[in-house]
Amino acid sequence: MTNLDQTSNLNWTIIFICWFIASVSTLGSLFFSEIMEFAPCALCWYQRIFMFPLVLILLVGLFPFDKSIIKYALPLALAGWVFAFYHYLLYSGFIPESLQPCSQGVSCSETYVDLFGFLTIPMLSLLSFSTIVTLLFILKRRLSK
Amino acid sequence: MRKQDIILVLISAIFLVFMFVLGVSIYKNQQAKKYEFMALENASTFVREHSQTLGSDDAKVYLIEFSDPACETCSAFHPFVKKLMAVNPGKIKLVVRYAPFHDGSDYFVKILEAARKQGKYWETLEVMYKTQRYWASHHNPQPKLIWKFLPSAGLDLEKIRNDMNDPEIAKLIKQDLADAKTLNVRKTPGFFVNGKPLQSFGYKQLQELVEAEIKDAY
Repeated sequence: MTNLDQTSNLNWTIIFICWFIASVSTLGSLFFSEIMEFAPCALCWYQRIFMFPLVLILLVGLFPFDKSIIKYALPLALAGWVFAFYHYLLYSGFIPESLQPCSQGVSCSETYVDLFGFLTIPMLSLLSFSTIVTLLFILKRRLSK
Repeated sequence: MRKQDIILVLISAIFLVFMFVLGVSIYKNQQAKKYEFMALENASTFVREHSQTLGSDDAKVYLIEFSDPACETCSAFHPFVKKLMAVNPGKIKLVVRYAPFHDGSDYFVKILEAARKQGKYWETLEVMYKTQRYWASHHNPQPKLIWKFLPSAGLDLEKIRNDMNDPEIAKLIKQDLADAKTLNVRKTPGFFVNGKPLQSFGYKQLQELVEAEIKDAY
């Protein structure tokens, strides 16, 4: 019984961590745009579209713990990850600038924030999405066992 | 649903919101200090030689406005700024800086600066703001449309057409845009009162900031 309890506890905690990361990312991106007034570029908006709903969806999946949360959260997280990865490639110069989709308004490859010399905003986004996707996959495997 | 889970999520949520609010206040404080320093060390970033000003030279409160003739909010703020100056006669000096962020709106700045050579700067600005919705509705400035409104400011249009291409004017716009960038002005109108930025945007907030500075200075 205690063993079973511990497993379900860990499953809950995994979703909780995902929710926490999504919340930090959401508030962080709002801080950049609303407080520091960096206008979000087109790619940032696509990533926001997939990050913001995760906060609510994951929260709903926590009370009570609902394993089908993976089914709903994973597509969002994966789509966000694809945009974050693309943005990261564009940003670090692997994809030439001429191919970038946002030519008007805010450039997607301009550096606004550079923490500790390597953490940029697209990097932070990619990190959050990667962690959430990884955790959701781990949970998926645990539950299918 | 366990009670401790709910508490954990609640505490986390409160913690995150608290960190956000704390971040906001730290950031705003830092910015305010930065601008204060700049206002002391680099006053020319706020007011250039070429900047058009309105109000007494003895005024101790400098209201610096980064504006764009094609910006709707600037036009909406203009009567309010003038009212602020009328309520506090001789205490406020308005400094107009340009931040023509709209596509092609530097055209209107050029007209404005050309009008200055005819001594009709403020009349022209007034006409521009009043007729703005006809030539720049929905953030889509259409330079040609403005010409039919300009005569009401009493301008010699032929002279304007010549003067507006003066390279000095283009240089001035470039300088103002560079200063806007230095001062982190990304939206118009961008207000500074004696070097202090308007932290949260609005009529009331601007009035409060101006009144606080007047109280400090007089």
